[in-house]
Amino acid sequence: MKICVLVKEVPDAAVEKRIDPSTGRMDRSGEKNLNPYDTHAIEAAMQLREGGAMQVDEIVAVTMGPRSAVRALHKAVSLGADRSVHLCDDALAGSDVAATGYALSKALEPEQPDLVLLGQQSDDGECYTIGAVVADHLKMPSLTQVIKLDVEGGALRCERQAEYGYDTVAVELPAVIAVGDAINEPRYPSLKAIMGAKKKPLETLPGVDPETEEPRTLDFVHIDASLVGADGSRVQCGEYKDPPAKSAGQIIEDEDPTETVEKIIAWLDERKLI
Amino acid sequence: MADILTYVLHYEGALNKNSLGAVSEAAKQAAQIGGECHAVVVGGDDLTDELCQTLGAYGATKVFRARGPEGLAQPVVDVMAKVIEDHGHGYALFGGGLLGFEIGAGLAARRNAGVTMEVTTVRAEGDELVAERPILGDSKISVSRYRGGLGIIIGRINAFEISKTGGASAEVIDVELEYSPWSTKASMIERGEQRGADVDIEGADILVAGGRGLGKAEGFRLAEDLAAAFGGNSAVAATRAVVDAGWYPYAAQIGQTGKTVAPKLYLAAGISGAIQHKVGMQSSENIVAINKDANAPIFEFSDLGIIGDLNKILPKLTEAVKAKKGA
Ligand SMILES: Cc1cc2nc3c(=O)[nH]c(=O)nc-3n(C[C@H](O)[C@H](O)[C@H](O)COP(=O)(O)OP(=O)(O)OC[C@H]3O[C@@H](n4cnc5c(N)ncnc54)[C@H](O)[C@@H]3O)c2cc1C
Ligand SMILES: Nc1ncnc2c1ncn2[C@@H]1O[C@H](COP(=O)(O)O)[C@@H](O)[C@H]1O
Repeated sequence: MKICVLVKEVPDAAVEKRIDPSTGRMDRSGEKNLNPYDTHAIEAAMQLREGGAMQVDEIVAVTMGPRSAVRALHKAVSLGADRSVHLCDDALAGSDVAATGYALSKALEPEQPDLVLLGQQSDDGECYTIGAVVADHLKMPSLTQVIKLDVEGGALRCERQAEYGYDTVAVELPAVIAVGDAINEPRYPSLKAIMGAKKKPLETLPGVDPETEEPRTLDFVHIDASLVGADGSRVQCGEYKDPPAKSAGQIIEDEDPTETVEKIIAWLDERKLI
Repeated sequence: MADILTYVLHYEGALNKNSLGAVSEAAKQAAQIGGECHAVVVGGDDLTDELCQTLGAYGATKVFRARGPEGLAQPVVDVMAKVIEDHGHGYALFGGGLLGFEIGAGLAARRNAGVTMEVTTVRAEGDELVAERPILGDSKISVSRYRGGLGIIIGRINAFEISKTGGASAEVIDVELEYSPWSTKASMIERGEQRGADVDIEGADILVAGGRGLGKAEGFRLAEDLAAAFGGNSAVAATRAVVDAGWYPYAAQIGQTGKTVAPKLYLAAGISGAIQHKVGMQSSENIVAINKDANAPIFEFSDLGIIGDLNKILPKLTEAVKAKKGA
């Protein structure tokens, strides 16, 4: 069986995220990390492979993003993916969630995955929804927020917290599953895996025609260009503004816990909370 | 002149509060743009005529009812896509539950529609709806406008207020459809399992909330000791991260898929302050946070923030509260 894992490059958590005033889009210049939530999806794939309840022949990391996004793929491969697919075309820039999910489904289709895994959210976009979009295009059942994933009789048994408590859901394959970050503790890549990552196969789509050496268009991956990119997106985001100002709270940097506690008690006392 | 379609979730014969908020909001906005508010319900026999008709009180004029599995998103996508195809709704609006996200996204794919999630404000401009969504850790607000035939709005939890319009009972229309093959490939084995003890945190005046920073299940002892020291009407609450990890009962969870609280004092220990947690406690009167990371988002919305190690501070704070109480 083949597992495709959707991964994304996001700004490092330490970098302040902001809107680029010139483009009105998120400033992604500081991007340099694999979305931390996606490492849980890769780890889930690895555990399915190692668990032995089903034979996993291949784990393929798939991303859509600018050229720099290959770094996220290298990281994914160092964490266990066997190869990777990079959907990369200027015409895709500015795609909204629905357009991104559509384009990703077109990159996934030729792979014919038995299981598509993804993270619960991207650290920058925070839409929690790519999985459901991809699933509808691929005509596969899907579930998000899964924190326990077992294989039982060729189908998946998934657990997740929903609005009324924990649900257990049986999902037939092929399926699209977004995993929550409580599902596992991702492993650290070995030095050898990091060094070897760049040597693993990486396919760029739509890529370049080997004969003419001309860049291919999105037609090559059967993506309708009128449905992607900023122009193809059905939602236009912009007019960024500041939320209503909230008076900043008081901050105490703890140097001496006894003193800090005295300050907390005084603060609580002043507000009659003790 | 566009109608707005909402989805109403139910469980054990009761309608979901967030869904009622969505219906109220949709009715309010529909009036602005000269349309009607309609609702979709999917489930079994507990979706009686009487129950569905009550949605009229929140402003829905029609309720489309389909028989189908409960608690799963994709069958609802099928139903909503069909209702929209037959009736031509201009917008679909959801409350902020987990299913709303999945259904809204699936519907966006199915109908080639635009979707905005975590929406906190909807407003009408002419005969169109515009949605506002906080982004980048709530530091900016982005405005969404829709192109094409359908716009999908997924609210942030608790963003839409429930309001009774005093409308007449809604007309109930049964929808017959064949579900998509893939929509029937997921099936509920068990729904709504309550993990851990049944604790009551909603009535508490003082909540000591613990997160992953407590380190392990036993770390909750520190939070429990402090709550006990405050005495009276105090209790211990938790984040989803620690509930999923099995450190603390689900009934104590605050946030998007947990409880919404507004105590006099909310003291957060080892909690980062993720949006999904914030939405369940931001109305607390006083928020105190202890976190060793000066950049933790929780400091953005706490009244008193302590940058430090909770293991050093909590035990001393407990002793000091006890001493103060004894004094
Ligand atoms: C659809 C959806 C729904 C969700 N619903 C909910 C929900 O209902 N409720 C909810 O809470 N979350 C929910 N989440 C999860 C949420 O996004 C966060 O992952 C979660 O709230 C994080 O929990 P945490 O703060 O305990 O852990 P973390 O984010 O890991 O934060 C731990 C914090 O502890 C601090 N810390 C560590 N050690 C110490 C120490 N010794 N002293 C002081 N500080 C320390 C760290 O600096 C860190 O800030 C949801 C997510 C999604 C996608
Ligand atoms: N451009 C992308 N390429 C590949 N995967 C993505 C992309 N954007 C989002 N994802 C996946 O979708 C998940 C949810 O992202 P989001 O819906 O943006 O919160 C992420 O954890 C990734 O696994």
